[in-house]
Amino acid sequence: MFRFIVKRLIQLVLVLFVVSLIVFVFTSVMGNPVYLMVRENATEAEIQAVVQYLGLDKPLPVQYGIFLKNALHGNFGKSYMYHLPALGLIMERFPATLEIVVVALLLSASLGIPLGVLSGAYPKSKFSQGVMAFSIAGISMPSFWIGMVMIFFFSLYLGVLPVSGRGDVGTILGINTSLATVNGWQHIILPSITLALGNVATIIRLTRSGMQENMRQDYVRFARAKGVPRRKVLFGHALKNTLIPVVTIFGLQMGSLIAFTTITETIFAWPGMGKLLIDAINIAARPIIAAYILFVAVMFVFINFIVDILYVFIDPRIDLQ
Amino acid sequence: MSEKTAGRWGLFLRSEIFHNYRRSPSAIAGSIMVVLVLLVALLGPIWTVQNPYDIASLELGDAYKPPVWLEGGEAKFFLGTDQQGRDMVSAIVYGSRVSLFIGIAGTIMASVIGIALGLMAGYFGGKVDGIIMRIADIQLSFPTMLIALLLMSVLGKGVFNILLSLTLVGWVRYARTVRGETLSVKKSEYIEAAKVIGLPDLRILVRHVLPNVFASIIVLSTIQVGSFILTEASLSFLGMGVPLTRPSLGMLCNNGFTVLYSGLWWVSILPGLYIMVIVFGINLLGDFLRDELNPKLK
Repeated sequence: MFRFIVKRLIQLVLVLFVVSLIVFVFTSVMGNPVYLMVRENATEAEIQAVVQYLGLDKPLPVQYGIFLKNALHGNFGKSYMYHLPALGLIMERFPATLEIVVVALLLSASLGIPLGVLSGAYPKSKFSQGVMAFSIAGISMPSFWIGMVMIFFFSLYLGVLPVSGRGDVGTILGINTSLATVNGWQHIILPSITLALGNVATIIRLTRSGMQENMRQDYVRFARAKGVPRRKVLFGHALKNTLIPVVTIFGLQMGSLIAFTTITETIFAWPGMGKLLIDAINIAARPIIAAYILFVAVMFVFINFIVDILYVFIDPRIDLQ
Repeated sequence: MSEKTAGRWGLFLRSEIFHNYRRSPSAIAGSIMVVLVLLVALLGPIWTVQNPYDIASLELGDAYKPPVWLEGGEAKFFLGTDQQGRDMVSAIVYGSRVSLFIGIAGTIMASVIGIALGLMAGYFGGKVDGIIMRIADIQLSFPTMLIALLLMSVLGKGVFNILLSLTLVGWVRYARTVRGETLSVKKSEYIEAAKVIGLPDLRILVRHVLPNVFASIIVLSTIQVGSFILTEASLSFLGMGVPLTRPSLGMLCNNGFTVLYSGLWWVSILPGLYIMVIVFGINLLGDFLRDELNPKLK
């Protein structure tokens, strides 16, 4: 286990190095920040001063060195617009994004796994065919469209749920979160469902095909033959052996959910880091974009790490060495 | 069908895949949807009441008309009009042309690059393989949507830039699939034989390896067109896709979203519904093809 963790840490450093290089090249070609900082009729001398202030007169490798050194200290520079440190802005917005992602993941697991198990166990039934049609429809819908339809129906037509924003924020364990208040929950429902729907479909399909495969195995027939109740065989025996790919996809899905928060947060004006990224791109705020990408990269590596550890708990046959 | 039908067409009609197709309601529904959508996109400009890009044909007095079945609707504007008096049916038909073009052209571009790199990685192995697959691995650890979004933020709006971004994010899946299958085909005796008689590598790749991985490519491409249409729609919805002068269906949703709160739901929700119809049809067909052509991908 210890060797595994060390190996993973080395891998993390490597990934981050590559990503930092890409981010640097990426943000360097993205618009010239000088013109965002000087006034319209600036003199040559003023432009030069800004170029020097930003360190843009140095050769690229040196610029990269400075970028890397600062990034290691968590310093990505200040946002030109907000005049606040970029990483600080992201950390401040992170809990709001995590909220909808976690609620969306819980929703998709509690809906996707049971539906997948049942439709995999009885693949020819009407119920199963209905679930499959639903899941194909689910992956065919643009997520922003689901959001719009729900805003129209629940907020504008029925008037039962708020249109946008995060609502009242309370504290749980010292973290500010909407999950602590009733009003916050009302605000969180629609964005989370929007985020979860495509995900539910993927999980249903994966669980279903895994179940279909396992239901044909001898151990399932044997369990039935010795009189284990059907329900227990489904959820105890077959599901357990289907879980490995499902957990893997959960890790991957978490990443894509975070990417899709950019859309969900834009529709619902949810003050998370996805919306921050879109705003940053619109004003070409390099520091925020750079900080966002590296932050997300660290998070993805971390999620993969957790997923690998989970494997061992789900399936003791897996040896991380 | 008469048993005597000759030629390749007859062979197809008697094949197992056609037999299964006739018994699969979802595959038939999917292909009907796809054919209708393509016909509407191709022939649409003939019967739409206006060219939504031609500002001269728009009347501001026609703005904010609801669909025909609601109070105040006009028969001329079956699905209503937007805030500039643009007929929604025409806007959706023209928008679907842009969306479909990007989906199909993007898939062709991504597949050409992905197939070429996949064949090379699988066939030559060694360093070529290592480099191509490492790049693919790094790319796959980031969500497609995020990469496409960041690429568009650098490249800027535009149809060609979207195609470029989609190619850059889409080649990976082709490369992986094609590489995997090339590896297994490479070991077969007929490839060995082709090498022994001294055929050049390019000829072996194109004439002997490629046809064997073609089934997977078709399956992948069908699904890819749908997913590219969705990605493009999302990018355009965020304002980082096509320019306003050439709106795709996603861009129409973006444009209509601002008036959703005023109750003009048809301006944004109907184009989105049409995206779903297109992608749903493609996915129904894709699902069938995957089951038939490549049980391994199931």
